[in-house]
Amino acid sequence: MVTHGAERSISLADTPPRRVATTDPRQTRMTETTAASRTETAGPLRSIRPPAFDSARPARSADELAGAAAKIAVSDLNFFYGANQALHDIKLAIPERCVTAFIGPSGCGKSTFLRCLNRMNDMIDDARVEGEILLDGESLRGPRVDVVELRKRVGMVFQKSNPFPKSIFENIAYGPRVAGERNKARLYEIAERCLQHAALWDEVKDRLEDSALALSGGQQQRLCIARALATDPEVLLMDEPASALDPASTARIEDLIFELKDKYTIVIVTHNMQQAARVSDQTAFFFQGVLVEAGATNEIFTNPAKKQTEDYITGRFG
Amino acid sequence: MSDTPRKRSLETGRRYPGSTLFGLLCGTATVLCVTALVGLLATVVAEGAPWLSTTLLTSFSSRKPELAGILGSLMGSLWLISITTLICVPIGVGAAIYLEEYAANSWWKRLVQLNIANLAGVPSIVYGILGLGLFVRTLGLGRSVLAGALTLALVVLPIVILAAQEALRAVPPSIRQASYALGATRWQTVWRQVLPAALPGVMTGVILAIARALGEAAPLVAVGAATYVAFVPYSVHDEFSALPLQIFDWASRPQEEFHGLASAAILVLLVVLVMLNAGAVYVRLKYGRRIKW
Repeated sequence: MVTHGAERSISLADTPPRRVATTDPRQTRMTETTAASRTETAGPLRSIRPPAFDSARPARSADELAGAAAKIAVSDLNFFYGANQALHDIKLAIPERCVTAFIGPSGCGKSTFLRCLNRMNDMIDDARVEGEILLDGESLRGPRVDVVELRKRVGMVFQKSNPFPKSIFENIAYGPRVAGERNKARLYEIAERCLQHAALWDEVKDRLEDSALALSGGQQQRLCIARALATDPEVLLMDEPASALDPASTARIEDLIFELKDKYTIVIVTHNMQQAARVSDQTAFFFQGVLVEAGATNEIFTNPAKKQTEDYITGRFG
Repeated sequence: MSDTPRKRSLETGRRYPGSTLFGLLCGTATVLCVTALVGLLATVVAEGAPWLSTTLLTSFSSRKPELAGILGSLMGSLWLISITTLICVPIGVGAAIYLEEYAANSWWKRLVQLNIANLAGVPSIVYGILGLGLFVRTLGLGRSVLAGALTLALVVLPIVILAAQEALRAVPPSIRQASYALGATRWQTVWRQVLPAALPGVMTGVILAIARALGEAAPLVAVGAATYVAFVPYSVHDEFSALPLQIFDWASRPQEEFHGLASAAILVLLVVLVMLNAGAVYVRLKYGRRIKW
């Protein structure tokens, strides 16, 4: 399964000459436990706070990561807001059925990049994209690409929960409805399945007809996740899904992400490095519009290849 | 705390005359405003109340004050606002949707936007002249209900467009993004999410615009609406009168009795206006309460 090509595609983009952690075969085979123990012993990195790896939630090992097919492959991606270049030559592969986290300081381009993946940037006046983004090997930027179909396959959850001002049921049913589903019984089936999947069913099953705006912030965000699942996407993009939530709700969302990755390819933007360490399998670090480093999360957090990455994850800036 | 060298009491006995004066001035302005309104209303009620009767509502205008009524002009006004609404709502809301949801932010859009804002400020008599030239003469509609309603629609269209745009803009962008992210088309997003959310605001704007149309006299004078009709319009091609015209006609007559009649007609007009405004408030309360961002 481990192919050289797959390994390379996960590696970082901006400076090809330097090899990154994931392309080193010794480190690729390293398991989570050895990675965790490394933090205590590694000499030059002693100052790094060990990220809180949760042994109950095994991250995909670097092996599995390297073996996973690239669900989305991005190459030479440049993005401009008018004359202002927001992304520079991004090259990244997002492995299937894994959680990929984008980290980096505010304004580094991680959200912009995320929004490229389902072309939500199309709606911004004078935004311009160059480069190639492949979803299952098919370009999603071609002139004949149906954006509506793309967004059904690549769902999105936003930073601020944004339920429609309608009932809980109508929120979930909206996606299938716009896709043409009219059968009410089937819509209820979908609603139940998605709410269960988003760990919200028990809390709302008796009040599906109530306004979604009456839910708490954490519940609203889980509703938004359930709503995104209702269109049966293959990829789920999450733009800081827990940044406005309290710790308990955040923990539930993280649990949820962890459960969902068996079925969906998940990309999550986060400001919170602990969160990236907890939920993700692959981490990509962005800085000033450049993808500085990408690789297995354990590697990035314990043995970053770049000084900038190390400085960021140890809290020296950002 | 005993080592504090200097203790400052909270009871300074100081006054702030500037602040008090400003409050007084603003209060006076409010009182003046309300007094003028109440005075006006009281005069109208005092003069008009004796003339309020079923005769007023069920008869046509007459040379004899005791037989005169507003049936023709009231019905004419209702015809006018109904048709004006039918014309200006689809066009106005459609234009607003185009400008807010479809048009790219180009110089062309900004030009159109600027002109709509300017049109909202054009005196209504100007629209009356336009209506006379375009609808009455060029299109040959004559002095019909349709010509009057089209003219009034021109008067209120900018108001409807601006109000609807305002309502659409008040719908948070996050709702649109959520809809697009679920694979909805622009049409589905506008029709199923944005428009329902904007509906209370749109309706309020429409009803206020209709209220404006109901009170307009000048453009109707310009298109040649009658001040005396002895029939209720049965089709859009019939001639018509309108309440403001009837009021103007009666108020300009020398006999005292007609002044009373004019006041009574004003009361009827006010009742219709208050009903329309109450409708706007009701719509906002009923549909607005469910939506809190």
